[in-house]
Amino acid sequence: MSGERTDRTELRDGAGLTGEILHQHLARTWSRKPGLIGWLSTVDHKEIGRRYMVTAMIFFALAGILGLVIRAQLARPDSGLITADRYNQIFTMHGTTMMFLFAVPVMEAMAIYLVPLMLGTRNISFPRLNAFSYYVYLAGGTMVWVAFLLNVGPDAGWFTYVPLAGPEFSPGKRVDFWAQMVTFTEVAALAVAVELVATILKQRAPGMSLARMPLFVWGVLVTALMIIFSMPSIALTSAMLMSDRLVGTQFFNPVEGGDPLLWQHLFWFFGHPEVYIIFIPALGFVSQITETFCRRPVFAYPAMVLSLVSIGLLAFGLWVHHMFATGLPRVGYSFYTAASMAVAIPSGIQIFCWIATIWLGRPRFRTPLLYVVAFVITFVIGGLSGVMVASVPLDLQFHDSYFVVAHFHYVLIGGAVFPLLGAFTYWFPKITGRMMSDTVGKWTLGLLFAGFNIAFFPMHMLGIMGMPRRVYTYPAGMGWDTLNMISTVGAFIVAAAVLLFVANAFASLRWGEAAGADPWEGSSLEWATSSPPPAYNFAHIPVVSSRTPLWDEGDGLPVATGLKVKHRENLLTTVLDAIPDLREPSPDPSIWSFVAAVSTTALFIGSIFTPWALVWLSIPTTAALIAWFWPKPGGALEQEAR
Amino acid sequence: MMPEPRFTADLSGLPDHAFGHRALTWWGVMAFMAIEGVGFAMAFAAYFFLMNHQDQWPPDPVQPPGLLAGILFTLVMLASEIPNTMLKKAAEKEVIGPVRVGLVVMTLIGLVLFVIRAFEFGSLNVGWTDNPYGSVLWMLLVLHTAHVLTDWVDTATLTALMFTRHGESSRRFGDVSENSLYWRFVWLTWLPIYLLIYWIPRWVP
Repeated sequence: MSGERTDRTELRDGAGLTGEILHQHLARTWSRKPGLIGWLSTVDHKEIGRRYMVTAMIFFALAGILGLVIRAQLARPDSGLITADRYNQIFTMHGTTMMFLFAVPVMEAMAIYLVPLMLGTRNISFPRLNAFSYYVYLAGGTMVWVAFLLNVGPDAGWFTYVPLAGPEFSPGKRVDFWAQMVTFTEVAALAVAVELVATILKQRAPGMSLARMPLFVWGVLVTALMIIFSMPSIALTSAMLMSDRLVGTQFFNPVEGGDPLLWQHLFWFFGHPEVYIIFIPALGFVSQITETFCRRPVFAYPAMVLSLVSIGLLAFGLWVHHMFATGLPRVGYSFYTAASMAVAIPSGIQIFCWIATIWLGRPRFRTPLLYVVAFVITFVIGGLSGVMVASVPLDLQFHDSYFVVAHFHYVLIGGAVFPLLGAFTYWFPKITGRMMSDTVGKWTLGLLFAGFNIAFFPMHMLGIMGMPRRVYTYPAGMGWDTLNMISTVGAFIVAAAVLLFVANAFASLRWGEAAGADPWEGSSLEWATSSPPPAYNFAHIPVVSSRTPLWDEGDGLPVATGLKVKHRENLLTTVLDAIPDLREPSPDPSIWSFVAAVSTTALFIGSIFTPWALVWLSIPTTAALIAWFWPKPGGALEQEAR
Repeated sequence: MMPEPRFTADLSGLPDHAFGHRALTWWGVMAFMAIEGVGFAMAFAAYFFLMNHQDQWPPDPVQPPGLLAGILFTLVMLASEIPNTMLKKAAEKEVIGPVRVGLVVMTLIGLVLFVIRAFEFGSLNVGWTDNPYGSVLWMLLVLHTAHVLTDWVDTATLTALMFTRHGESSRRFGDVSENSLYWRFVWLTWLPIYLLIYWIPRWVP
């Protein structure tokens, strides 16, 4: 019974079934139905990945606009452009949107799109869960933005400290929308992390042992594990905050013996790894781009992998450095300072390995590689100011000042956004089939790099001069006026650069040069299929025998055959060595992941207003999940559940 | 245009189903257990953090929870591993009869546990609004109940499924096996929670 393993009647790819006829069969099997229902039912990782990317970039633009509003307000002293109350909502929404709705989702989006292609498989694991995660993320982001537009946007900062965020000092529903936005985004991020771990460990092409994985995939694996081990903390603590506010628990209420510092610990146990969750995939982009444009493998691959893993581990040992100003035991200060400084070691190893790669290679300074150069410079500056604030006496001085704002923008924009825009330029031809203009790309980068430094470098000085963060205005005569004006000018230059990037993308989509399968002569498997890839990714499953298969296999990549072509089927391989082990069915499109997401949305939003929503709305949610799980009649293919 | 493929391996002879770590679902279940395990661990950390900031645990004049319902729940939980293991083994041998019986038994055990759990809530001797001690006890018990409930819905759905024509398939037996694995997680996580709710308040002065 276990098997169709003896079933030889099923049509499979092979020497007798290849080329155009195979394409027609596979395209029919792996494509979705047209129309709205088909669109909402898709389980194609590329389609979901693209939606994630576009949505995250829209949130990036919205948060960027809020950043411009902040800079416009702060350009001059005693500015009355916006009120203090609106300003609180704006800076909270800026940080919240950038961290929860842009940075983490966009990194996951890239992984959702690229990882299955880099591994040589046909779809991500648990693709319905993947679709579900997207709709939940979209709903959560939309909810908090609608609340903001209705003047009930969160206003207690992106880390929402109690007691300010507690029921006494933040009545109304503003903070609850923030807390529930966290629930939405954590559910989505955790689901994607599970899919990525399972995909990376079980769906690699035959021969792609762990030691042959592209460095981006290593970065994604480390990131996904970090999500799994850090995000439950924020999910738990935001639920505690909501229950303090909604049903009167006393977790954070000092009057009854609760403790506000508990919030800070649980928040930063997530919040610090969060920074690396954003940054480690970016390190992966940098490695892929450097390799391709230097035309040689990245220098010291084992050291690169070990650095990624050790950054991931160290990230869990230094959350308390966000809490130096709360007062700690002396040994606590020493430990967390040492741990914070220790991160500089694996980060430095990576930087030196990239420099060595460029040195030893034959670099082509196209736009993506220039983004890498901009990244290295900016990130080193951000890393140095990070070593400064890791030191307790300096941190106590800089805490809550613009110095910290400068530091984390150097790290996050330099460390994540620059590599991301480089990655977009690099993989744009794969995703769309067309090249982005290199000339416009170089102008964009130049403008962005200049604008960024003009906007954020003066903030170091403002911080040292004592300007606190999160103030909606400041009096004239503090000596801050000129630097603030320069910073604002820089911010608008950054906005112009981002507009130029978007214009380049849209123009290239229409008029860009046709790309072909492998326009950059890359080494990894995503370049072995057409651009954009067909719904089934690869006609035959590629077989790998080195870290850079496309460079080493000369005129033709070896392939494995024998997967079903009339039903969706994936190859599973062993965890360490990627030896072919099983053929498992891959789920068909289903509308139920969308329905379950709608019901989950109703449940989450309802529970902002009454705890009974949890009870009543869990019934339709459970029903939708059962319908999702239940095998569909008719198909010979057994339906996979998740 | 792509170069002609070089055919080097034939996958058609591979099996299309396996139990345990060879299957994708197992990895999904393990990852979700890791997520929930971290959630529990953070809740335990919050418990000790709050306890550390109190002079007394439970704070005067609150009494520790009554023991009877908790002991009963723990005993039934531990005993449930016997039918659970039998069910898991039957699923992995792919014999439908014992699997159906096992699923019905596990569903009924779930119902018994809900009844006992209701008495546990009644014997906490503290409200969630009274103080952080009460809040954290309620949180632990609600979190764990959510897991019992989730697994019960999963078990009940599988029970219904295995009585239909879909039941006799290797993949569904795999689902039953993973469901039994998840139940082990549910009762294993109960053991530390049991100590935190019923015994730490008795042991700490």
